[in-house]
Amino acid sequence: MNGAFVDAIGLIAPGLASWESAVPILSGTAPYAPQPIGLIQPALLPANERRRSPLSVRIALRAAEEATSAAGADASALASVFATSDADMEIIHRICVALAGPERSVSPTDFHNSVCNAASGYWSIATGARGPSTALSAYDFNLAAGLQEALAQLSIDDTDVLLVLFDVPPPPPLYAARPVAQPAAVALLLCRQRSARTLAQLSICEATAEQTMADAGLEGLRRTNPAARALPLLQLLAQRRSGIVGIRSYDDRFLGVRVEAP
Amino acid sequence: MQPVRISAFTLTSALGRGRAAHLDALLSERTGLAPQEVETCMLSTYVGQVGGIDAPLTGELSRWDCRNNRLAQLALAQDGFRGEIEERCAKFGADRIGVFIGTSTSGVQQVELAYRHRDRTADHLPDWFLHRYTHNTFSAADFVRNALALTGPTLAISTACSSSAKVFASARRAMAAGRCDAAVVGGVDSLCLTTLYGFNSLQLVSAEPCRPADIRRNGLSIGEAAAFALLEPGAGELMLLGYGESSDAHHMSAPDPEGRGAIAAMRAALARAGLEPRQIDYINLHGTATSANDLAEDRAVRSVFGREVPQSSTKGWTGHTLGAAGIVEAALSLICIQEGILPRSLNTREKDPAIAGNVLLETRRARVERVLSNSFGFGGSNCSLVFGSAA
Repeated sequence: MNGAFVDAIGLIAPGLASWESAVPILSGTAPYAPQPIGLIQPALLPANERRRSPLSVRIALRAAEEATSAAGADASALASVFATSDADMEIIHRICVALAGPERSVSPTDFHNSVCNAASGYWSIATGARGPSTALSAYDFNLAAGLQEALAQLSIDDTDVLLVLFDVPPPPPLYAARPVAQPAAVALLLCRQRSARTLAQLSICEATAEQTMADAGLEGLRRTNPAARALPLLQLLAQRRSGIVGIRSYDDRFLGVRVEAP
Repeated sequence: MQPVRISAFTLTSALGRGRAAHLDALLSERTGLAPQEVETCMLSTYVGQVGGIDAPLTGELSRWDCRNNRLAQLALAQDGFRGEIEERCAKFGADRIGVFIGTSTSGVQQVELAYRHRDRTADHLPDWFLHRYTHNTFSAADFVRNALALTGPTLAISTACSSSAKVFASARRAMAAGRCDAAVVGGVDSLCLTTLYGFNSLQLVSAEPCRPADIRRNGLSIGEAAAFALLEPGAGELMLLGYGESSDAHHMSAPDPEGRGAIAAMRAALARAGLEPRQIDYINLHGTATSANDLAEDRAVRSVFGREVPQSSTKGWTGHTLGAAGIVEAALSLICIQEGILPRSLNTREKDPAIAGNVLLETRRARVERVLSNSFGFGGSNCSLVFGSAA
């Protein structure tokens, strides 16, 4: 019950340029060497949209397209769940600076890009996906909330679901209030049926603690971006091992993710 | 799908506090829209503003203090809603009741104020600004969780103006998947400069009270509101019969003129409810009173329902309450079912001849068994809900 098959993964974070390049790092055969993510340009965004879309949207879509193209999945047929704590605080910053000024001239593009579901909207436009797509926020607990939403949708609404977690650092004045230190995005393609591509089966179970990363650099990343809370889960998937990963579902609550390798 | 029971609900908007105030406004055709007096806003427009939320939250809830959460707190105090939740906590356990809250603004006014009071030399926001508890999107859901002492799965849905329609779908799925036994669904959105100046920048704000489906409609009136409902398994007087979600895949801030996404959402909701279009007695339209929305929605409604089903937007009463609109209009639909009301499209003086649907120009009393309510948002996010009395 409430299980799903992970068919593909997308990842982007400092020093983890893609899922493919992250597998040796997460499975411990290559060292983690953080470096800036550079300019991210999702291939499926038309040039015009690339210019208009904020970093949060571009990293979310980059992770999403890595997962769907690795699986050869028809992106237009997938339901999607986008989970983010703060969407894009660069935009909030610009709007708040404008509103604090005498003219109060808010950019219309900033305003429509400020919605929490901007990545969901750009994704559906870029892929022609007309199915259900949602955007949720559970602060630092997006992995637990996003997984529960995606797995419920998969089993109850009978659809394959693309789960995308992402957050980006806020600009300086907001950074002190919300220190998301690095940009990161994670995409999991969750399917109803086992296939030749299946990496593992996932299901929800109980847990009483949160798992951390042994590598100090990766642990630092995990702690400072809500999307990177998925790193212990991704590590197990990279190692092709079975096990239970404890994740935090609220300040004082935990959820287990059972991973069964094929 | 297996329907779920709506065993309690409440709403607070510019029309007043609680269900009785809204019933009275519907029957007396009293709008909640008035010329805006939102803090320092200089725009010439009408808004649906809720009075009496200027006092800060106190005690253990004080860190959540912001306009959005004050509005939530006020709404939770109406119609005996808190008492119902306390009863269900005893029945199910606080950890078996989920919290699903839709919001687009959350407490964004708090960050606006923080920027206006920031130390510009040091580029430092004031210490009173608590991002997590006010500005962050999750704040609205986190506040409700703590205000009601619930510990089940909690999340905020933020898909612009469909947010608090989609909470019904998420909550029903979580219950069906066994993640919780019951759920508090809600929507909270509050007036702020971001939405007023933001919609104004897109030239979507009317200078007069909004006129849905009117030939001279020229934009929306923004409102604020909070509404909550309790979902439980089993049959009851009021039920969520179906939901349908879709994406336009068309444009970030303009609806698909063909209405394909809206059509898909309405059809999915009807299919889950196991109903034919002719079995719907009333459609609560998204009806923002922008030129593009009302035309595209009419086209979509026509292709699913034909021209006959009585329909109206209730935004002439409440204004467009954005992230709260889905559940505000769900609650108004439930009142229409309970009381047998087909509400008119308020402020609509001359119907746009390009709009073919049966837009109600007069309020009527009639038996209303099943209602479909539409909510559409930026990013092309669509959600339709079907409510009905037990068969």
